[in-house]
Amino acid sequence: MENLACRRGGRLIFEDVGFRLGNGEAIALTGRNGAGKSSLIAMLCGRLRPEAGVLRIEGADDAPLQELIHLVGHRDGLKTSLSARENLDFAQALLGDAALPADAALERVGLAHIAELPVGYLSAGQRRRVALARLLVSRRPFWLLDEPMSALDISAQAMLTGLMEAHLGEGGAILAATHGPLGLDGATEVRIGP
Amino acid sequence: MSRAFLAILQRDLVLATRAGGGGELALVFFLTLVVLVPFALGPDLNLLSRIGPAILWLGALLSVLIGLDRLFQSDEDDGSLDLIRSSALPLELAVLAKGLAHWLTTGLPLALAAPLLGLLVALPAEAMLPVSATLLVGTPALSFIGAAGAALTASLRRGGLIVPILVAPLTVPVLIFGVSAANAAIGGTIPFLTPFLILCALSLIALVVGTIAAAVALRQAE
Repeated sequence: MENLACRRGGRLIFEDVGFRLGNGEAIALTGRNGAGKSSLIAMLCGRLRPEAGVLRIEGADDAPLQELIHLVGHRDGLKTSLSARENLDFAQALLGDAALPADAALERVGLAHIAELPVGYLSAGQRRRVALARLLVSRRPFWLLDEPMSALDISAQAMLTGLMEAHLGEGGAILAATHGPLGLDGATEVRIGP
Repeated sequence: MSRAFLAILQRDLVLATRAGGGGELALVFFLTLVVLVPFALGPDLNLLSRIGPAILWLGALLSVLIGLDRLFQSDEDDGSLDLIRSSALPLELAVLAKGLAHWLTTGLPLALAAPLLGLLVALPAEAMLPVSATLLVGTPALSFIGAAGAALTASLRRGGLIVPILVAPLTVPVLIFGVSAANAAIGGTIPFLTPFLILCALSLIALVVGTIAAAVALRQAE
C-alpha cells in the first residue's frame, strides 16, 4: 500500500499512509477517533475508493483482494433472527474453502452452548465472539479486524490473541484497527493522523 | 459457487419466514387492499367484475413495492453485504439469488392468492386461472426491476421513500400488459396470448437487465 489518501464528503481524512504486510505479519492500526481507521479498512475491502495511492497484492495468483480477506467489522454481518450456527453455516458456504465446521468453531470461542439461539438474543460480547468464530469456518489468508477487542471480556481477549497467533503461525496476515493492546509480540504499529 | 448461490437463496427464504422477516407483509397488504375496494365502489357487481383484474394487478404491484427497500438495505445495515461482496460468487448471481427469494416470498404467494381474492371483486369463474397466470409470469418483472432500485438506495438512510418513486414508472409496461392480458381472458377483441407473451418477455428482460443493473449499483464504491 503506497501513499494512500482518503476523502469523504469533500473532507480529506488522511493522506500519505503506506505500509507493507507480509505473510505471518500483523499490523496494529492506531489513531485517534475519526482518524480514518475504519475508512482504511473499508478501502481494503473495496467499499471505498482511494482518493490517491495504490493497493497491490503480490504473489496471489490474480485473486482480487476481496476474495482473500476475512472481515470482522463494526457491523458484525450477523442476522439477528438466525441462530449462531445458521449464521456460521451461511458464512462458510459464502466464503468457501471450508475449515472448521460451525459447531467446532463455536466451541473454540466458548459458545457451544448457545449454537441454537437466535443471535438477536445474545449480548454484545457474545455476538462479537460469533462474528470472530466466522474467521475459523473458512480459510482466508488476510484477516481485517476493526476494533476486534471491543465488548470482549478478559478471557475472550486472551482467546482472540490465541486465535491470531495461530493464524500468523500458519502464514496468515492480520490488519487490526485497535485502541487497546492486541497482545501480539511481533505486531508493527501504524499510526494514522497526528 | 453454486453452494454460495443456494446459501443466499435459502437464507433469504428462511429470513422471510422468521419473525420480523416481512414475508407475510405483501400478502396482508394485498388482502387489505382488495377487500376494501368493493366497499369503496359500492354494490355494483358489473362494475366490479369489469375492473376486477385491474384491481388485482394494482394491488399486487403496490404489495411488491411496499417491502422492496429492505431487499438490500437490511444486508447493508448489518454488514452482511460486505460478506456477500467478499465471496467468490459474482455479485450478479448473488443479486439473482436474492431476487429469486424475493419473488418466491412475495410474487408467488400473491399469484396463488389471486383466485381466492378474485371472488371479492366478482371475477368470472373462467377468468380466475388466467388472471392468476398473468400474475405468476408478471411478478418476476416487478421483483427484478425493484431489485435495481433497491440496490441503488441500499446505503441511503431514508431509502424507503425513494424506491417506490424510482421503481413505479419502470413497472408501468408490466402493469399495462398484465391488465390487458387479464382482460383479454374475460372477453374482448384481442386474443389472450398476445399480451400474455409480451408479459413473459418483460419478465425475462427484467430478470437479465435488473440483475446486472443491481450488481453494478452494489459494486459502485463510494
